[in-house]
Amino acid sequence: MSHGPTHEALQHQFHSLDQQRESSTLGMWLFLVNEVMFFGGLFAAYIVYRSARPEAFVAGSHSLDIGLGLVNTVILIGSSLTMALAVHAAQTGRRRQLLGFLGATGALGTAFLVVKGFEYAHKWHDHLVPGPGFSFPGPLGGEVEMFFALYFAMTGMHALHMIVGIGLLAWVFAGAWKGRFGPQYFTPVENFGLYWHFVDIVWIFLFPLLYLIGRH
Amino acid sequence: MSAAELPATHYLNATHGLKSWLLTRDHKRIGLLYLLGVSFFFAIGGLFAALIRIELITPAGDVFQPDTYNRIFTTHGIMMVFFFLIPAIPAVLGNFLIPIMIGAKDLAFPRLNLLSWYIYMVGGAFSLYSLLHGGVDTGWTFYTPYSTAFSNTYVIATGLGIFINGFSGILTGINFIVTIHRMRAPGMTWFRLPLFVWGHYATSLIQVLGTPVLAITIVLLALERLFHLGIFDPARGGDPVLFQHLFWFYSHPAVYIMILPAMAVISEVIAAFARKRIFGYHFVAFASIGIAVLGFLVWGHHMFVSSQSVYAGTVFSVLTMLVAIPSAVKVFNWTATLFRGSVSFETPMVYAFCFLGLFAIGGLTGVFLGTLGLDVHVHDTYFVVAHFHYVMVGSTITAFLGGLHYWWPKIFGRMYSEFWGRLSAIVVFFGFNATFFPQFVAGYLGMPRRYHAYPEEFQALHVLSSGGSIVLGLGYLIPIVYLLYSIKWGKPAGDNPWGAIGLEWETTSPPPVENFAAPPVVEHEAYEYAERAERLGAAPTT
Ligand SMILES: [Cu+2]
Repeated sequence: MSHGPTHEALQHQFHSLDQQRESSTLGMWLFLVNEVMFFGGLFAAYIVYRSARPEAFVAGSHSLDIGLGLVNTVILIGSSLTMALAVHAAQTGRRRQLLGFLGATGALGTAFLVVKGFEYAHKWHDHLVPGPGFSFPGPLGGEVEMFFALYFAMTGMHALHMIVGIGLLAWVFAGAWKGRFGPQYFTPVENFGLYWHFVDIVWIFLFPLLYLIGRH
Repeated sequence: MSAAELPATHYLNATHGLKSWLLTRDHKRIGLLYLLGVSFFFAIGGLFAALIRIELITPAGDVFQPDTYNRIFTTHGIMMVFFFLIPAIPAVLGNFLIPIMIGAKDLAFPRLNLLSWYIYMVGGAFSLYSLLHGGVDTGWTFYTPYSTAFSNTYVIATGLGIFINGFSGILTGINFIVTIHRMRAPGMTWFRLPLFVWGHYATSLIQVLGTPVLAITIVLLALERLFHLGIFDPARGGDPVLFQHLFWFYSHPAVYIMILPAMAVISEVIAAFARKRIFGYHFVAFASIGIAVLGFLVWGHHMFVSSQSVYAGTVFSVLTMLVAIPSAVKVFNWTATLFRGSVSFETPMVYAFCFLGLFAIGGLTGVFLGTLGLDVHVHDTYFVVAHFHYVMVGSTITAFLGGLHYWWPKIFGRMYSEFWGRLSAIVVFFGFNATFFPQFVAGYLGMPRRYHAYPEEFQALHVLSSGGSIVLGLGYLIPIVYLLYSIKWGKPAGDNPWGAIGLEWETTSPPPVENFAAPPVVEHEAYEYAERAERLGAAPTT
């Protein structure tokens, strides 16, 4: 093995840093598979109800703010780019760049949540939150409620993953601040990057499924 | 290493004090922490089972109010399923043995392993607390819309405990899969792995793929109760049957989370006490994977009478019968292994034979229930209750006890009393059949499940069942006494008391902290009893 077995990050159960890194990465991928199944339950519910009442879903979708949705999509794709650059900076041992890109990723993630918060506030104001206070103008009325139930469940679960992501980001940032990562050991940055990209991809599915129905 | 003494230092005495246990990252110690946890929840679940059997001695509902009775069987089900049966074998025996069996120093993520135990204990404590303070009356299945719109009980709090506990299973599953992929000793190829490891690999796949679906189901259930989201509410355009689909998408495979590790134990025990390589090793290995995959395609057999379309019902019925094939492959291969083996009947083997009998009955009645027409007749009767107790209790707990007895000398370095061991296995077998066989009859005659009062014609069967449960309970209590006694006073076991083959028998009993004095290199196939006998130029050792 090219890496000395004495590297401070090497845990006792592994022979080499390579083995340790491969294990962590496989573990992270398995965790993401588990996440796919978690969101899969929500997507299954979405498919069932959308195929049951397509018109109501189109009507509900048209009342969403496509502009804000688009802004958020761009923000998240941007954050994926800065995250990929952060991983590269960690691999090449450039600490200041790493800190900068991690900071940018965190800022973009926060911006996403702020925009989402404004959207939620509008829905609340317009009585589009499912529950006793729900009302939707037009003949489809109450049928649209299911669209919004799924809208809030899906985007809410996604936002929760973003919040957890920003928490994890703070932890990775602290490690980077202390100079823990370099060409020999960058697994936490890389694995956090995988998580972040996954959460972005979920949004890439949510955006067309919720905002773009029936817009050809 | 002589059999007269335990090794001077091993994982049990390397460090001392409560803190050295509560902060341990040693998979062997974490396995023992889990043993304490699952035993505790098993005792709670058993206590509530006793209350059920007391109520059912007489036809009138004279001991508990109906509401109380509903809470009792719900508590019994939730404690047993989520906090005993699902973690029991993987988290205790799997945790202890997988790294040793593949020649590793530990699991890939020891800290995560300890975290899993804490998550499990917190989830269990949380659920138990809410079940005792207020309780839940929905049954362990939480069917909507009763659980979301009507039940006035602690559904969310209990569900939160199950949700938390789910992370423990997911993390353990990830830990096992990564460990089996990345931590095998030199020479330990996939097809040299003990079948115990294959079984746990398949189990872990289900944990990782299935548990998150339960998690999102509980989240939706809670959102429905808290914010009236409407997803499962027919009055608001929701579909309560969707809940059943999501719930059983996890909870049917969960049965395989319970039975695959049990089968994994049985493969080891049968090979060791027949002193033969498991017949059709590859078939048994792939049958585990086959069960895990097919197990995800049969959930609809719980919903034959739930408005599911007849066509879907037919497909689920056929798929359910398909999943019986890999299970039968295993049973036939075990039987073929026994054929012309030099079989001996030490305690673990007695348990393995009990397993074979109980699993055969549980498995075959499962095929009955998978049959669309018959299931409609016996749906929600004691026939179903008897069936799943034969699989989940008769098979899984029997295998768990068999495995515990088989590896006990490895875990603690000392032997228990053979006499009491065999006796307890036989008591469990008879007690179990006396408890649950009458339930097949009662169910077939029409006794519905979850009722606390019933027509007088069923009383004889219920009394038989309650009487059997006393014997069964006794059978579960005896091992506690002699096993605990053996930890202190049992005679030293030596490295390999059974003359078995496997890396775990090549290290000391109890093993050192890092499992082996020197990292092992594997040069032989699994279970190469015949080759070893040839090498030694003698009859197989016992
Ligand atoms: Cu099932």
